[in-house]
Amino acid sequence: MTNPTFPRGMTRRSLLKGTMAITAAGLILPAHMAPAQAEPKKGGVFRVGIGHGSTTDGYDPGLWDQLFVQTFAAARHNYLIEIAADGNLVPEIAESWDSADGATWVFRIRQGVTFHSGKTLTPDDVVASLNHHRGEASTSAVKPYFDPVTDIKVDGQNVVVTLNAPNADFPYLMSDYHLPVMPGTDGKIDPTSTDGCGGYVVESYEPGVQATLNRNPNYWKAGRAHFDQIVLLTILDPAARLNALMTSEVDTIDQVDPASISLLESRGVAKILSISGNAHYCFPMDARAAPFTDNNVRLALKYAFDRQELVDKILAGHGSVANDNPIGPANRYFFAGMEAKAYDPDKAKFHLKEAGMDKLEVALSAANAAFSGAVDAAVLMSEKAAAANITITVDRVPDDGYWDNVWMKKPFCASYWGGRPVEDQMFTTAYQSGAAWNESFWSNEAFDKLLVAARSELDDAKRREMYQEMQRLVSFDGATIIPMYNNYVMALANTVATPEKVSNNWNLDGFRCVERWWFA
Amino acid sequence: MTGIWRMIGQRLLLGVLTLFIISLVIFGATELLPGDLARELLGQSATEETLAALREQLGLNEPAPVRYWNWLTGVLQGDFGVSMATQRPISELVGARLGNTLFLALYAAALSVPLSLLLGVLAALWRNSVFDRASNALALTVISFPEFFVAYILILWLAQTGLFPSMVRITGATTTGDLLYSAFLPALTLTLVVTAHMMRMTRAAIINLMASPYIEMARLKGMSPMRVVLRHAVPNALAPIINVVALNLAYLITGVVVVEVVFVYPGLGQLMIDAVTNRDIPVVQAIALIFASAYVLLNLLADVLSTVTNPRLMHRT
Repeated sequence: MTNPTFPRGMTRRSLLKGTMAITAAGLILPAHMAPAQAEPKKGGVFRVGIGHGSTTDGYDPGLWDQLFVQTFAAARHNYLIEIAADGNLVPEIAESWDSADGATWVFRIRQGVTFHSGKTLTPDDVVASLNHHRGEASTSAVKPYFDPVTDIKVDGQNVVVTLNAPNADFPYLMSDYHLPVMPGTDGKIDPTSTDGCGGYVVESYEPGVQATLNRNPNYWKAGRAHFDQIVLLTILDPAARLNALMTSEVDTIDQVDPASISLLESRGVAKILSISGNAHYCFPMDARAAPFTDNNVRLALKYAFDRQELVDKILAGHGSVANDNPIGPANRYFFAGMEAKAYDPDKAKFHLKEAGMDKLEVALSAANAAFSGAVDAAVLMSEKAAAANITITVDRVPDDGYWDNVWMKKPFCASYWGGRPVEDQMFTTAYQSGAAWNESFWSNEAFDKLLVAARSELDDAKRREMYQEMQRLVSFDGATIIPMYNNYVMALANTVATPEKVSNNWNLDGFRCVERWWFA
Repeated sequence: MTGIWRMIGQRLLLGVLTLFIISLVIFGATELLPGDLARELLGQSATEETLAALREQLGLNEPAPVRYWNWLTGVLQGDFGVSMATQRPISELVGARLGNTLFLALYAAALSVPLSLLLGVLAALWRNSVFDRASNALALTVISFPEFFVAYILILWLAQTGLFPSMVRITGATTTGDLLYSAFLPALTLTLVVTAHMMRMTRAAIINLMASPYIEMARLKGMSPMRVVLRHAVPNALAPIINVVALNLAYLITGVVVVEVVFVYPGLGQLMIDAVTNRDIPVVQAIALIFASAYVLLNLLADVLSTVTNPRLMHRT
C-alpha cells in the first residue's frame, strides 16, 4: 500500500530518456505477471454495470466526466501514452517520447495503426486530437493543461509539443482520459464520431442506457482486448446494480455499496476487488472566510474527529486514513512518514485557545452527492468534535445542484477527488493559489513557489523533498480536511479473471478492464 | 349524435387551453431550477472561461420570454427542438423512450384492468364473504407498500430464483416475446400497485347500484345474482369505473420512475429525471408536455366514454 508506483532506483532522467525501453515487454502485459497465472483466454460477452451515465453523455472527449464515458472511451480509443497497472508510463500510440530540456516534448507516433473506419493513423490526427482541447473556443475540461502549450506541430513521424516552461510530468498529462487519438480532417476532429483505434468497435450506443462494442479484428496490440463483445450498462441504483450481478445479468459492477460488501461475499456468487488508490473524500473550508482564515481554527478542526472511525463506518474498512494529504499512497512522492493526526480533543482545544477562542461554532454543508456517506461522515465528525468545544452543525443540502450551489459557495462543505497520478497535476488543479478548482481558496506563497520549482527540478531526491514539503504544507497549513482515501470497490462474477496487478489509477483497472481482463 | 361531437370538440378546445396554461407553468417552473445546463454539463471541472464559451454556444444568454416564444412556436409545428446537452433531436430522444413507457403501461394495464374488474365484480357479488375480505385485504396491503419494496420482494422471489430477469435490456434485436418475458416483473409490480384502486372502485360502484330499486326489481323477477350484476349493474357502473381506469392508465404512463430505476427500464421517467439533473431544459419541457397531454387526453377519453355508456347523459346534451 505504501510502495510508490515507481521503481525506487528510477531517476527523473531515466524517466525522460528511458521510457521507450519499456516498450515491448511492458506493453503486452505487465512483465511481473506470475507464470502461475492462467493465460488470458479469448471470447465471451463482458457485461459491466456502471453506476454512472446519463442521456447527455456524448462522444466529445472534452466533456467526459464519469466512469461510464471513461470506460466506453477506453474500449474504443487509444491514447498517446498508457499508465500501466504498476503506475509506469507505457507507450500506446506514441512509440516513445523524449525531451532534452523538459519544455520541448517529442512524441514518436506509431506507424501502421488504423482507425475503425480503415483510415491510417498519422501524426496529423494526433495534432488535431490535442488541438481540440486548446484555444479560446474550446469547451474542454482539460483546457488548463494546454495553457502552457505554445505550439504543437508535426515533424515527420513525430509530434512536437512546446511548452512555455519545463514540465517533467508532461507525458503523464498526455495519458489523461480526455485525450484519445481521434481521426482528424483539416486539423479538426469530429467530436460526434465514434471512430477510434482502440480494441473495440462501437456497434450501438444509447446514452444513459447502454453501449455495445465488438472486438476490433485489426487491433494492433497483441495480448489485449480478449472479449468478443463488450456491453456497458448504466445502472444507477446501487441495489439494482447488486441485483444485476447476483442474477448474472452483468459480470462486473463498480461502486459496491460498503454496507452490502460482506453480504455479497457471504453469498459466494461474486468476488470483491478492493483497490486502494489516490481517490479521497474531503471537506474544504473557505480560507478567505472567518473563522477559517486562522490556521489554528483549521488545525483545531483537523484534530477534532476520529479518522479511523470514518474509515471503519463510512467505508466499511475499504479505505485508509488520510492525513489531510491529497497525494495518495499510489503516488510516487507520497509522504508516508508525515506526522499523523490522531483524534485529540485537547490538542484541538489548544489550537482554539491559540486562535483566541474557547469554543467554536461552524456549519458544515453536506450531501451524498459529494460522496456516498458524506452526511453520515459529517454527523460523526460533529459528534466527536463536541468534546473539543466545537459545535459542527450539519446542514444537509439537496443532491440536486450540489456542485452549483454549495461546492465552492458555502464556507465548509463536503467534496471528493478521484486523485491524480501526478503530484503536480493534483496540486495545480486544486491547491495552487487562484486555480479554478481550488475549492478551499487556500493561498500559500511558499507552496506556490515550490510547485513551480519542482516542475522543472531535475534531481529526483530534491524533487521528492520538494513534494514532501508541499504535502506537509497542505496538511498542516492547508484549508482542506482530508480524512480518508477511499478504495475503488468493484464486484466481479467468479468467471471474470484479472491480471495479478490491477491498476490503482482510477476505477475499473484505470478504465481498462475492457482491455485487460478476460473470462477464465 | 351531433351532441356528442360537439361535446368532444368543446372538451378538445378546453384541453388545448389547459395544455397552453400548462406550457406556461412548465416553462416558468424550469426557469426556477437553480443552476444551468452549461454548469451541469461541465460538472465539477467547470471554469468560468469554459462556462462562458459553452453558454454562448447553447444560446443560454437569450432572455426567458424569447426562449419561451421560440419553444412554443416550435412545438406547435411538431418540433420539440434539439436537446441542449446532446444536440440530438428531442423527438428522436423521446420517441424510443415513449415507446418503452407505453409498452410497459399497456402491459401493466393488460394485466391489471381485467384482474381488478374481475376481482371487483366478484367481490361485489360475494360481498362480505371470505373472498371479498381476503382480496380487499391483499390489494390494500400491496398498495400500502412503497413500489420499490414490492419490486425488491418480487426480485427476491422471482428473479434470484432464476425465473425472470431482474433487469430489462432493450436493444435493436429484442423481440416482443423477449420483451414480454423480461418486462414481466416491472409490469407485475405496477399491476400490484394499481389493482387495489380500480378493484375497490368497481366493487363500490356495483354495491352502490345493488341497492337501487331496479336491481331489486330484477332480483324479484328471479334472475340469478350473476346475471343481475353483469346485465343490470355493471353497465350502469361503467362511468366511475372508466374514470378510475383512465386515471390509473395516466399514472402508469407518468408515475413509474421508481419502478424504472429498480428494473433499469429505459422509460420516459428516467429520461426526465436525467434531463432535470442535467438541466437539459428542452427535454424536460417536452416530457412534461407529453405527460400533461397524456392526462388531458385520457381524461377526455374517460369523459366521452362515460357519456356514451350513460344514455341519460347522452340525451341531456
